[in-house]
Amino acid sequence: MEKFTVLNALVAPLDRANVDTDAIIPKQFLKSIKRSGYGPNLFDAWRYLDIGQPGMNDAKRPLNPDFILNQSRYQGAEILLVRKNFGCGSSREHAPWALQQYGFKCVIGPSYGDIFFNNSFKNGFLPVVLSEAEVDGLFYDCALPGFRLVVDLERQTVATTDGSKSYKFDIDASRRNSLLNGLDEIDLTLRHADEIRAFEARRREQLPWLFR
Amino acid sequence: MGRTLYDKLWDSHVVHAEADGTALLYIDRHLVHEVTSPQAFEGLKLAGRKPWRIGSVVATADHNTPTTGWERGLAGIEDPISRLQVDTLTANIKEYGAKAYFPFLDKRQGIVHVIGPEQGATLPGMTVVCGDSHTSTHGAFGCLAHGIGTSEVEHVLATQCLVTKKMKNMRVSVAGQLGRGVTAKDVALAIIGRIGTAGGTGCAVEFTGSAIRALSMEGRMTLCNMAIEAGARAGMVAVDDTTIQYLQGRPFSPVASEWDQAVATWKMLLSDADAKFDHEIKLEGQDIAPQVTWGTSPEMVVSVEAGVPDPEKEKDPVKREGMERALAYMGLKPRTPIQEILLDKVFIGSCTNSRIEDLRAAAAVAKGKRVAANIKVAMVVPGSGLVKAQAEKEGLDRIFRESGFEWREPGCSMCLAMNADRLEPGERCASTSNRNFEGRQGAGGRTHLVSPAMAAAAAIAGHFVDVRAWR
Ligand code: SF4
Repeated sequence: MEKFTVLNALVAPLDRANVDTDAIIPKQFLKSIKRSGYGPNLFDAWRYLDIGQPGMNDAKRPLNPDFILNQSRYQGAEILLVRKNFGCGSSREHAPWALQQYGFKCVIGPSYGDIFFNNSFKNGFLPVVLSEAEVDGLFYDCALPGFRLVVDLERQTVATTDGSKSYKFDIDASRRNSLLNGLDEIDLTLRHADEIRAFEARRREQLPWLFR
Repeated sequence: MGRTLYDKLWDSHVVHAEADGTALLYIDRHLVHEVTSPQAFEGLKLAGRKPWRIGSVVATADHNTPTTGWERGLAGIEDPISRLQVDTLTANIKEYGAKAYFPFLDKRQGIVHVIGPEQGATLPGMTVVCGDSHTSTHGAFGCLAHGIGTSEVEHVLATQCLVTKKMKNMRVSVAGQLGRGVTAKDVALAIIGRIGTAGGTGCAVEFTGSAIRALSMEGRMTLCNMAIEAGARAGMVAVDDTTIQYLQGRPFSPVASEWDQAVATWKMLLSDADAKFDHEIKLEGQDIAPQVTWGTSPEMVVSVEAGVPDPEKEKDPVKREGMERALAYMGLKPRTPIQEILLDKVFIGSCTNSRIEDLRAAAAVAKGKRVAANIKVAMVVPGSGLVKAQAEKEGLDRIFRESGFEWREPGCSMCLAMNADRLEPGERCASTSNRNFEGRQGAGGRTHLVSPAMAAAAAIAGHFVDVRAWR
């Protein structure tokens, strides 16, 4: 997994609540058996004027000029600012893959769908939780052309580049550690292989029907 | 202090806990389908790892499979990309094995959340995971069941554990009785309408109360299925005689002395009387009317007697804008009576409402009537091959066919329109599925979520009607 330490990047605002993972990456793109190639179809139904299908040449498709990510000022944005309950709905991990492969490294919002939130960490993609009021303020600040933020995972802060504003965010110690060091979670778990084996043996004895 | 059902399920599966509360949770049952598993198997292979306990895996192909043309065999999956995904699952199961695999065309194939319980592969006290958010369905059996992402699928394959943190406890009680024509689906939608699609975020929800206890296992599955639409990863109902009766004699249920032993442990799977919940929601069964969603999120729901809400009355600007956007997408005007909304298609199916009881309810409404002329397609898609066979034994297929419904092969179908079944842009559908998101049933398609009886009645009338007044 890729490491995440400090990110100083352009911010793009997506001003809608309850953005579901079907919107982040529509189902027709879930037929792929690969882990890559989802970036061009991020927010496909909002981003393009035609209906996207796998195998299309996305570079040739008509863009929706009203969609925020298509505006020139947000090209190269690596932080996505969102509203509450971002990533609700389907468990598809293709959602963080698509965001990441589009170029985002971090999303900042007041709350997330649980599974999306989990999936993000597994891919070194950081979902930052700030209060609703703080996020509201950032949407306001984002009106400024070229608005950037600095996300510092070590210090658990989101700050403006001039340091005039800085917000603290919470994150589980183990998740933070995994992100900072880019650790492989399966390796970490397998360090407890003996405990898992012992647990399993006990369970097999007590509840044998679960192992038939 | 007493413990909740969720506390008990959690405690009995913790293998290892870190200081920050992160735990390794042992997984008893791992359900697998073709869409969220290929990258997990690939990851396993690339890292040179072996599955920890492949006997925990029950797999099926359901999302991409067609609901017509089964006589053509695998060639019936016309989209080559879909076919590759289905073939990839078969190849992975061939390489690694499974406790059971119900491939495309198998008599027992079906939607993963229908076949797990049907086979007795979901048992009380288990932890059940699947790379699918509607895994919450299985919580109906007093187990801890939730959806996971593909990286977690790989992690569970490799370690039999999930790295996770304990959720909060929420209790939703529905007291009294449900009115005639009011179903578990209406209860689920009414709860979501009340607490919102983020209302249960971070929580495991236990459904209790006399109206819940009175539900069949099918109804409880419908309710737990929709827990994820309230933001809760897991929903659950405590074990009782209804649970135990349902499980007796299922193919994978315990037998002989193990059955008695199992039943004795299952009977302890309920919250203690003095258990504490972090959140409590209370509803009265008799207050719940048949529900119809009007927008693009399951929380945008009203009773069938109501009208489409007016955004101008909403004070919160983010919400108001969301409502306006939803109405524009849905092509609806504020204050239109729900029962005046004309429909183009009707879909009865999905892991929410495709079990035998759902089909019986829909057939009872459709019997001896005709689908309205303005309905282009009304389709019934059973949740599994066994549901289909049972329905045919009862003659439900004939009732549907004679009324003008299409009777299809099992699968996810138009719940998410990954196969050929879908809405065309602008088409309006009464659907028994679980998500009315933009484009969910086909790009530009407009979905209204309802119960099976309400969907059948809407097909006959051509518009929504209050099924309680159905003759
Ligand atoms: S029926 Fe719909 S919600 Fe259920 S598993 Fe299939 S696609 Fe998902």
